[in-house]
Amino acid sequence: MSRKLLVGYLVAAAILAVSPFMMDAYELDVLNSVGLYALLALSLNLILGDAGLFNMGHAAFYAVGAYTAAILNTRFEIPILWALPICGLAAALFAALVARPVIHLRGDYLLIVTIGMGEIVRIALVNDVFGLTGGANGIFGIARPEIFGHRVKTPVDFFVLIWGAVAVTVFLFHRLEQSRFGRALNYLREDPVAAEGSGVNTARYKLVAFALGAGWAGMAGAIYAGKMRTISPESFNFWESVVLFLIVILGGAGSIPGVLLGSFLVVALPEMFRGFATARMLVFGLVMMVMMVVRREGLLPIRTVRFRTKDVKRAEAAPKDVKGAEVAR
Amino acid sequence: MSTILEVRNATKHFGGLTAVSDVSFDVPEGSIVGLIGPNGAGKTTTFNLITGNYKADLGTIRFQGKELVGMRTHKIVQLGIARTFQNIRLFQQLTAVENVLAGRHCRTKGGLLGAMLRTPGARREEEAAVERAISELAFVNLGDRSLELAKNLATDPKLVILDEPAGGMNEQETDDLVELIWKIQERGVTVLLIEHDMSLVMRVCEQIVVLEYGERIAAGSPSEVQNDPKVIEAYLGTEEV
Repeated sequence: MSRKLLVGYLVAAAILAVSPFMMDAYELDVLNSVGLYALLALSLNLILGDAGLFNMGHAAFYAVGAYTAAILNTRFEIPILWALPICGLAAALFAALVARPVIHLRGDYLLIVTIGMGEIVRIALVNDVFGLTGGANGIFGIARPEIFGHRVKTPVDFFVLIWGAVAVTVFLFHRLEQSRFGRALNYLREDPVAAEGSGVNTARYKLVAFALGAGWAGMAGAIYAGKMRTISPESFNFWESVVLFLIVILGGAGSIPGVLLGSFLVVALPEMFRGFATARMLVFGLVMMVMMVVRREGLLPIRTVRFRTKDVKRAEAAPKDVKGAEVAR
Repeated sequence: MSTILEVRNATKHFGGLTAVSDVSFDVPEGSIVGLIGPNGAGKTTTFNLITGNYKADLGTIRFQGKELVGMRTHKIVQLGIARTFQNIRLFQQLTAVENVLAGRHCRTKGGLLGAMLRTPGARREEEAAVERAISELAFVNLGDRSLELAKNLATDPKLVILDEPAGGMNEQETDDLVELIWKIQERGVTVLLIEHDMSLVMRVCEQIVVLEYGERIAAGSPSEVQNDPKVIEAYLGTEEV
């Protein structure tokens, strides 16, 4: 990671660290919302930004995670945070299952299929599938999460929980980017034929990207369920998927800092300008249009190289002859 | 010398067009073989059949005894066949090292957990991969075409397939390319190439296969092929009677 980016993160972390002391409950709640969207958008960024797979049904995976958490909690009294890995796994499994037959589709076709998938999930929830989801009213009475016996209930508590999760996600996803896995996703996005021709199992990596992104969204869904205590199908409608898609594209596809900035702008700005009522959506729409004309790569298209520069420096310091037996074997 | 690649009766139709018709040839291990022919003779299609980009309708293609027809491209790369494309295919937005690292993918194992936790094993593997990528870049060093070749060599290939490697090169660059092809052969790698630059083909290839209209019309050493009346006809046309 470049020093500039590190400084940027530290400044952002410092601002966030003091914000609970400067903000009222409402403002903090908005910031918590930003954090949740950041988690979701970062997970979508793996699929859409890194692997280049157009997914406009991400809310479905979010929903699977949230409902899994809600059902486990209300029916089996499993604490939300204990249920977290199960929710991630459920969403990942669901994604792998539904994506398997359609993953070979290209860009626009995949987009349409994922929109359909998102809607089917929402309608299934409204219709109370398996008698578990509570229909249009959803599920209520979800217990608040607990960390080491401390009940998470105030906006400040949730602020720590959500932004802690964002920090962990950013850390892990940066590492993931800078690895064999992260590179494989990028090869896939740049040129699938050349990727396959370089020895990358493109079908498998597309599926893994989908499952991992979905799994992360599922975990975000569990946190959401614990925060709201009531969830209903309307929280996971098509617009949610669109907003997440927007965050990734406007922020800068494939750029973690871009996606974080995008989450803030798309979620927090409309809240700040609530006073202007409907005019704010007009401005929001205009901004999106202008952005796509003048700055298609997004607000912060920071690309970190997908290897550790340290390794390159070491290799260049000690050039080795490749003609040796090691190569010929 | 044993045969590393064996193409038997390979046939590929596209609708009513037969792009490759009943083509057979052998590539001896460690040799440099050229595939030549006029435009549209089916050379690149033949390459695509070998590398799994297309599936042969008929015939068999065996690499070290293993049947390749029906196998997916990345599996074929894993077996040890790497190819370059006629119109260079690079990952445009990525850096040179990232491009070459693509070739190391099939020889490394690092997964999700290793990457997130940055385990010592994953770290060592990354170091070795980057080191190899850098040294392949130094080995090739051929301007525009370097990256794709370096990437291919990074896959530990036993056979490299080059589709018009000298396309757009001047004389000096072509000479460098000839040197490089010999250097690749010295590493114990077999080379199969398509090329229109006959001086390069005659200089570097030990055996030549000639295609016309999707069919093999001649095969043999450069001198045999050069004196073959069918080849002369294909390249120069027949005399009007």
